[in-house]
Amino acid sequence: MTAQLLYGGAGLMLFVLGIWSFLVHEPLLRKVIALNITGAGVFHVLIAVAYRGDAAPPDPVPHALVLTGIVVAVSATALALILGARLQDSDDDA
Amino acid sequence: MTDPTFATRPDPARAAERDRDLKLLLAVLLALLGVTMTAIYALALNAGAAPRLADLALARVPQTGVDNPVTAVLLNYRAYDTLMELAVLLAALLGIWSLGPAPAGFQRSGPVLAGMVSWVVPLLIVAGGYMLWVGGYAPGGAFQAGALLGAAGVIVRLAGDPQAGLPGEAAQRWLLVLGVLVFTLVGLGLMLFGAGFLTYPPKLAKWLILLIESAATLAIGVALAAAYVGGRPTATSPLDPRPSAQPK
Amino acid sequence: MTQLVLLLLFDAVLLITLLGLALAAVLSPEPRRAVMLFIAFGLWLALVWARLHAPDVALAEAAIGAGLGGALMLAAARRAARARRQDAEAEP
Repeated sequence: MTAQLLYGGAGLMLFVLGIWSFLVHEPLLRKVIALNITGAGVFHVLIAVAYRGDAAPPDPVPHALVLTGIVVAVSATALALILGARLQDSDDDA
Repeated sequence: MTDPTFATRPDPARAAERDRDLKLLLAVLLALLGVTMTAIYALALNAGAAPRLADLALARVPQTGVDNPVTAVLLNYRAYDTLMELAVLLAALLGIWSLGPAPAGFQRSGPVLAGMVSWVVPLLIVAGGYMLWVGGYAPGGAFQAGALLGAAGVIVRLAGDPQAGLPGEAAQRWLLVLGVLVFTLVGLGLMLFGAGFLTYPPKLAKWLILLIESAATLAIGVALAAAYVGGRPTATSPLDPRPSAQPK
Repeated sequence: MTQLVLLLLFDAVLLITLLGLALAAVLSPEPRRAVMLFIAFGLWLALVWARLHAPDVALAEAAIGAGLGGALMLAAARRAARARRQDAEAEP
């Protein structure tokens, strides 16, 4: 229980840190990194919930959710970065 | 300047001050949010152990055709999630392609890097195949295998091939939809035999899951490599697979 | 008892390093540095998840989250650096 609380709390801190950075920092790349850290915080909470001590096997359902989430996060990151690059290009042309 | 509130030109010092106040307010609000969420999380943990999904999920793993519980959840209990996730990956790549052609590649690698690449890339592909197979009973599976294939693509692009070693556009399109296509066809085929969408009969489950995972691995690998290329493949003649991006 | 304390210490070290890396990645104004720190953060996260008995997810995070995500971000950082250099050349 202590480990769950400790790791889950750390995940929530990552979540808040990511949102703060996303709102405060201007450049797109920093916003993308901030969003990824927010996502990592959510994943971290899910993994902490799935952990059931060193003796019992962990809950596989949140693990599968996180696995799906990682791939979705990376595809969103790729799209955001390339959209940003194209916007930059069109700004340069204008 | 008559009334500072309606000043036409914002005073930079005041603007900076307001900016700082806003940031402070934001930090306070977010700290409150964090404390509230932590309190709720702690309460939820202390609420006691209700009957949990984990035991149910673990108990029925022998019927799913695989021994790794995570693969069982991904490809059997919650196969819909994985299908939709492949669709999201495909949609993201369509978005990337619709934003324009790929930027130029990197300069072609020298003999040392090229030699290393010719060793590492086949190794990565073999490791991907291993990852796919081992996912049935140990940590691994389609995502990790697909990531290894994608990494092979990244290395090939870094070594100078602007298309990251991917085939032509038509073949790429087929490979990209392969995951969703095979997944949906298996689901519909099972429906046709009266089993329900993606409800595998236990005897066939292992092979159906392996089929879906193989298709998904290829699709994920190609999608990740194509996302790194960062645009629609540039048109090349089929006789010359290496476009002449580099000047002599 | 000592074993429990040692384990708690181990957890604390893991988590403090994790949060420190995240903070460093978020606070770094230089794009390339921020991305490097983010990759380090992703790899460390994979380590923490291995500690929580989630090896599948740890593998995926190390390969996809830190590896490919990092590669995409490094490419973006390179573009940003080049754009900044061009701006500097255009307006000396």
